[in-house]
Amino acid sequence: MTATALDVDGVTLTAGARHLVRDVSLTARPGETIGLVGPNGSGKSSLLRAVYRVLRPDAGQVRVDGGDAWALPVRQLARTVAAVVQDSAADFDLAVREVVAMGRTPHKRLLAGDTAEDAELIDSALLAVDAVHLADRPFDRLSGGERRRVLIARALAQQPTLLVLDEPTNHLDIRHQLSVLNTLRRLPATVLLALHDLNLAAYYCDRLYVLHAGEVTASGPPAEILTPKLLAEVYGVAAEVTTHPRTGAPQVTFLPEAPRS
Amino acid sequence: MSQAATGTSTERTVPPRKTTTPGAGRTRLAVTLVVLTALLMVSATAGLAIGSVQVPPGQVWGIVTHALGADWQQPDWSRARETIVVDVRAPRVLLGAVTGAGLAVIGTALQALVRNPLAEPYLLGVSSGASLGAVSVIVFGVTLFGPLSLSVAAFVGALGALLLVYATARTGGRITSSRLVLSGVAIAAVLTAVLDLLLLTTDRGNEARAVLAWTLGGLGGVNWGTLWLPSTALLLGVGVLMAQARNLNLLLAGEEAATTMGLDVARFRARLFVVLSLVTGVLVAAAGPIGFVGLMMPHIVRLFVGGDHRRVLPTAALGGAVFLIWADIAARTIAAPMEIPVGVLTALCGGPFFLWLMRRDARRGTDRGVA
Repeated sequence: MTATALDVDGVTLTAGARHLVRDVSLTARPGETIGLVGPNGSGKSSLLRAVYRVLRPDAGQVRVDGGDAWALPVRQLARTVAAVVQDSAADFDLAVREVVAMGRTPHKRLLAGDTAEDAELIDSALLAVDAVHLADRPFDRLSGGERRRVLIARALAQQPTLLVLDEPTNHLDIRHQLSVLNTLRRLPATVLLALHDLNLAAYYCDRLYVLHAGEVTASGPPAEILTPKLLAEVYGVAAEVTTHPRTGAPQVTFLPEAPRS
Repeated sequence: MSQAATGTSTERTVPPRKTTTPGAGRTRLAVTLVVLTALLMVSATAGLAIGSVQVPPGQVWGIVTHALGADWQQPDWSRARETIVVDVRAPRVLLGAVTGAGLAVIGTALQALVRNPLAEPYLLGVSSGASLGAVSVIVFGVTLFGPLSLSVAAFVGALGALLLVYATARTGGRITSSRLVLSGVAIAAVLTAVLDLLLLTTDRGNEARAVLAWTLGGLGGVNWGTLWLPSTALLLGVGVLMAQARNLNLLLAGEEAATTMGLDVARFRARLFVVLSLVTGVLVAAAGPIGFVGLMMPHIVRLFVGGDHRRVLPTAALGGAVFLIWADIAARTIAAPMEIPVGVLTALCGGPFFLWLMRRDARRGTDRGVA
C-alpha cells in the first residue's frame, strides 16, 4: 500500500497567456499536514483551486485517493474534499448554524431534512473551532475571525478526508490562529493549507512546499528546507533561522537589512 | 447513549457538551406559516366579498362551499351573486394568489442565483422580455402553439432578457448591484420601447389599447378556463425550487465555496434560469408584468424566518399571495368604477421599498453583490 491521499502531478495552470503555476508536483500521505508557503502571487491560491476543483489544470493531474479529481462529479468529490476559500461573502442573514449545515449538502439527497446525526456533526464541528456560543448569531454580524472559524466548521461538517485551506489564519488574533491550527492538526484528515506565517507553518506542518513564481523551489520537513539562503532567494529578505529551544521547530527571525548576495 | 442515566458525578470531567438545537427556528417557521395561511384565507374571503356588489363574508363561504358541493347552508342568495363570486371574483382572486406566490418565489431564487439582494424579474427586465414576447404574438397573430402561443413566446422573451442582463452585468465572474440594476433597467427600457413601437405601428388599434392596459399588469379578464396554466406553472416552480433549496443556500456562500460543497454552479444556474423564465413567462402572459412583489416578499419574510431557502420559499409564496390579493382589491376599489392596473399599485409600494433596501445595504457598508 503506497496510498497517497493527494497526488498533484505536474500541474500547470494558466490565466490567458500568463502562467500561474508551472509543472508543480506535490504529494500528501493520509493524515499529513502539508503547508504551502511563498510570497504573494507565487501561485499558492491557484494551486489550491486546482485541488478543490475550481481551476482546471492545463496540464498534469490532481489525484485524490488515487482517482482523478477532475473526472469525478463535483458532488462526489465534495464528499471527500472540503475547502475553506479566501473569497467568502456574507449574505442574506443566515444563522451560523445554518452556514455550518451547508457542509452537509453533498451527503444529502434532495428534500432530505437534517437528521439527528447531521445535528450532532454540526455541533461537534462548532465545538472543534470553539464557536458553539455563536450558533444562533447571524453570520454576517460576526467579526472576521469568527467568520473564519465558522467556515472551518462548515468544512469539518462535510467530513472530508482531505481538507484544503487558503490562509485559514488570516484576520485571526493570535489565540485563535493557534486554536485553529491545533484543531487542524488534531484532525484525522489530510490537510493542505496555504500559510503566510513561516513560523506557524514550521511548527504545525509535517512538510512544506515553497512556491516561488509558480514553481516549487523547495519541499520537505520545515527544519530541512527553511534556510537563510532560501528565504533570501524566495522572499528577498535577510533572515536568521534557529531551532527554538522549547518547541524544537525552526524559528525564523527576519533581519532589517538587505540580503547579502 | 442516555445522558440522564450516565450523567453521574464521575463523568463530570467530560466537558458538558452544549448542544444547539434548530428547534427555535422550526417553531418560528411553523408560527409564520400558520399565521400566513390564516391571512391567506381571510384575504381570499375579502377578495370574494369586496367589490361593486358587497357580499357578506358568511355568505361568501356559503356560496363557495355550495359551489364545491357541500351544502351546509341553505342557499339564500341570488343567482347573480353566485355568478359574481364564483365566476367573476374567484378566478381573479386565485390568479392573484398564484401570481403573487409565483413572483415571490421567482424573486427569492433570482436573488440567490445572481447573488444580489436587488434582483427581481421586473427590475431585471425579465418581465419586459416576457411582455415583448407575448405582445409580438398578439400583434403578428402567431398561433404556432395554439392557445399556448402567448405563454411560449413570453417564456422565450423572458429567457432572452435574463441571459442578456446576466451577460452584460457580469464581468470577471462578478456582478455588482449597480451594474446588475443598471443593465436590467437599460434592457427593460429597450424592450419596452420596441414593445411600444410594435403597438403604435400595428393596424389593430383596438387590440393595441387592450394590450397597453395589460402591459401595466392586471388580473382582470381571467376565467376558470385559463387559470390552469399559471397554476401549473406555479406548482412546477415551487416544486423545483423547494427540491433545490439546499443548493440555493450553497450559492449564498459564494460560487467557489458552493463548488467545494458539491454544486456545479454553471449548470445549476443555467437550469434554474430556464425554469424561472418559464414560470415568469406564463405568469406575465396571464397577468401582465407586475413589479416588485418578487423584490419585497423575500426580504420581508427573511426578517421572520431567516435566510434558509427551505424556509424562505414557502413563506415568501404565502406572503406574495396575500399581498397581491390585497393589491388587487385596492386596484378594484380605490377609484371604482374605474380599475387601476395592479402593477401601478405594487410599484407604488415597491419603489420606496427598493430605495430603503438600497440605503440599508449601503449603511451596512457592503455592496453585497460584489464579493
